[in-house]
Amino acid sequence: MLRYLGARLAGLGPLFIGITFVSFVVIHLAPGSPMDLLTDMNPDASPELRQRLEEHWGLGRPLPVQYGMWLKKMATGDLGVSMSRDARPVLEKIGEALPVTLLLNAMSLCLILAAAVPIGVYSATHQYSTADRATTVVVFLGFAMPTFWLALLCMMFFGVELGWLPVSGLKSLDYDSMGLGARVMDRVRHLIMPVGVAAVTSLAGMSRYMRSSMLEVFRQDYVTTARAKGLSERVVVYRHAMRNALLPVITILGLSIPGLVGGAVIFETIFAIPGMGRLFYGAVMSRDYTVVMGVLVIGALLTLAGNLLADIAYAVADPRLRRR
Amino acid sequence: MPLTVYLERSLLALVLASVCLTSCTKEDGPAVGSRQPTDTAPAYGDAILEGSIGDASNLIPMLAGDSASHSVAGLIFDGLVAYDPTLSHLEPRLARSWEVSEDGLTITFNLRDDVRWQDGRPFSARDVEFGWRTITDPATITAYAEDYRQVESFEVLGDHRFRVSYREPFAPALASWGNLVVLPRHLLEGRDINPASDFGRNPVGLGAYKFDSWESGRSITLLANRDYYRGRPHIDKVVYRIIPDLQTQFLELKSGGLDMMGLTPLQFSRQTVSTEFEKAFRKYKYLTNSYTYLGYNLKNELFTDVRVRRALSHAIDKEEIVRAVLMGLGQPAASPYKPGTVWVNERLEDLAFDPERSRALFEEAGWRDSDGDGVLDKDGRAFEFRILTNQGNESRLKTATIIQRRLAEVGVSSEVRVVEWSAFINNFIDKRKFEAVVLGWSLSLDPDQYDIWHSSKTGEKEFNFVSFADPEVDRLLEEGRRTFDAAERKQAYDRFQEILVEQQPYTFLYVAHSLPALNGRFMGIRPAPAGIAYNFKDWYVPSARQRYAIDAGS
Repeated sequence: MLRYLGARLAGLGPLFIGITFVSFVVIHLAPGSPMDLLTDMNPDASPELRQRLEEHWGLGRPLPVQYGMWLKKMATGDLGVSMSRDARPVLEKIGEALPVTLLLNAMSLCLILAAAVPIGVYSATHQYSTADRATTVVVFLGFAMPTFWLALLCMMFFGVELGWLPVSGLKSLDYDSMGLGARVMDRVRHLIMPVGVAAVTSLAGMSRYMRSSMLEVFRQDYVTTARAKGLSERVVVYRHAMRNALLPVITILGLSIPGLVGGAVIFETIFAIPGMGRLFYGAVMSRDYTVVMGVLVIGALLTLAGNLLADIAYAVADPRLRRR
Repeated sequence: MPLTVYLERSLLALVLASVCLTSCTKEDGPAVGSRQPTDTAPAYGDAILEGSIGDASNLIPMLAGDSASHSVAGLIFDGLVAYDPTLSHLEPRLARSWEVSEDGLTITFNLRDDVRWQDGRPFSARDVEFGWRTITDPATITAYAEDYRQVESFEVLGDHRFRVSYREPFAPALASWGNLVVLPRHLLEGRDINPASDFGRNPVGLGAYKFDSWESGRSITLLANRDYYRGRPHIDKVVYRIIPDLQTQFLELKSGGLDMMGLTPLQFSRQTVSTEFEKAFRKYKYLTNSYTYLGYNLKNELFTDVRVRRALSHAIDKEEIVRAVLMGLGQPAASPYKPGTVWVNERLEDLAFDPERSRALFEEAGWRDSDGDGVLDKDGRAFEFRILTNQGNESRLKTATIIQRRLAEVGVSSEVRVVEWSAFINNFIDKRKFEAVVLGWSLSLDPDQYDIWHSSKTGEKEFNFVSFADPEVDRLLEEGRRTFDAAERKQAYDRFQEILVEQQPYTFLYVAHSLPALNGRFMGIRPAPAGIAYNFKDWYVPSARQRYAIDAGS
């Protein structure tokens, strides 16, 4: 087991370096540079300014040298400062955006699960019934609907027409002067729409997965055995079938953990949420190399950690892997 | 967003203009004041929530490069001078007065002696000197140093008096003494001003508002500076809410989450025409400070013949573009000056939309459809080219598409291609690998256009990228920046505009309208060529209609 784990861990290092190297080269090879925003088509900016910026950021050196410098700093936990005009530490910028994205994604994932499992189970137990067909239509409608469109409709209805929920943002302007209870309520009111919309539009995948997984389990011999034993349908469905049917869903869930840190640009833009999606998109568009690399490093680390966890879990579950 | 082109100097001038105001007298109240004196009397208090599509980056004006930063910093800092609401001349701000020497080589400024920084320390000529030293310091990363590098010496003549000398007369110099070079020496001396300093995220200025708080990507809050040297602003609090999507902003406006936003032409002409909306909000319409044009690569042999360029311009219907792209909310442009301002040559006659004349000119230049395929040709070469524009600007794309159709009608075949901004600049503009482009420039408030049209400015990364070269224009541009005499300058720039119309290096297309919508409770707004923000300090909400109670602290 230890040897297996050691081998896995040893493999991660080169893999991580490979990922960062490829990302570094790709973003630097894209046309343009971080100073373009300041100097392109700006008659006030002199050619000397370009040169100075180039020196300031060390952009004139060969790519491998630049990568080496970046890697050296990164190894000490320093991701550098943003190349945009605010020049704030990259970690600080990510530190602001990451919690927002994590919170939203985690909440919508929970909501998706909470809705998808019952829907899947119900559809499977009532296969081909009207209700089954109806939920199928509904979840696929949600799936097919563009997020931004549904978001705008909800904002119009709940935010403007009814005035029940705030249209956008994550908290009210007078948040700081609220008591604790009011703060929690304020947060919840702001989260309902974004979390709801995100969940509705991606409910289809999970609920269909649950449904087919249930149907498969129903065909298994042990379910027949359970029924033959005279167990009630409730016990058969919930204790025997559903538990086993959940396994593949949990695998999918594990795979979506790295996705928790990735924000969706359009979604965040519509709801005016300053998350990872907007941070990354803005950084790519302005060729803010340090922020781009920072976000990619965090993403790579989490993905690798997720994979490692999965590997360990497989090893725990499967003795053959452990012995190899 | 990063995809908009700004000529920063004019942008700054706009910001300067936006914080200037006429002195506050009783007549400043709204016209209805006499009828309902209690309901609409000016009062202090309340807050305004303004929508902004992007977050600011740095609130030190000389370090910022985006319009969001400049509009926030414009309220926190003040300049020595500012444009008047009609954008025709400069007015005193921190400077009480100034004298330009006979030979135009020195300017002497007399500063006000009653101004204090927001931390209570007095403002003096040393602060301006410090600002000038900082902006011209090669270590400072600023895009605005050029105008200040022309200054040969800076002499402090007293606490509130200083003199700057130039190597040669430089007319745009006066307008440059805005808020870019006013920094608190007592707070910044000896520190690295470059962005890593926290001053850019927590500035101390001397303008109408002082910085309160900043939540990255969400909001920036300012509070009224009660000791502002031109009188306490009426609105106590300004909150910029960062909402990148204009549809969302619009819904926020309607639900009360925003008090002010810039509408799109579609929202202005279709979604805000209900009586309900017009009762609760007010809409304004004035020309923006930028124009859109179709620029030709004059090094390309297709466009070397002036008759061809004139023929192309005759084939394009500018009115139609304004109608279709801006829903009529704009104005055709004939020259690089803002319609309605003093620098526009009133006698200028733009080329009319006239396909017949266009065909005749092509014929004259030797282009005819000899093989009958509907496309003009000459010496076996068909008249076809590619119109490039940058990604992310819907109106430019629509404009290019309409031009494509109009050109097809006179037998010119064109193809529209959209390219991401960085690639567009680096691979096409810088390498001169383009035939025609649809792009925009900001209109400068100072008429100097040297950087864009002088033949010496055609190098890589320089801005005369269409390679326009005309000895007379060169001479006029040099003349125009050498004299401070407004009449003389006007004469030079009038002739300059005539040559542009004659030569058509660009087909100047249109100037769009800025379309702000504002909650109806705000009063004291007086639209002028400079827009509505120039007298923001005098906007107010009558006591009975105030929505937010602001803590009296500070």
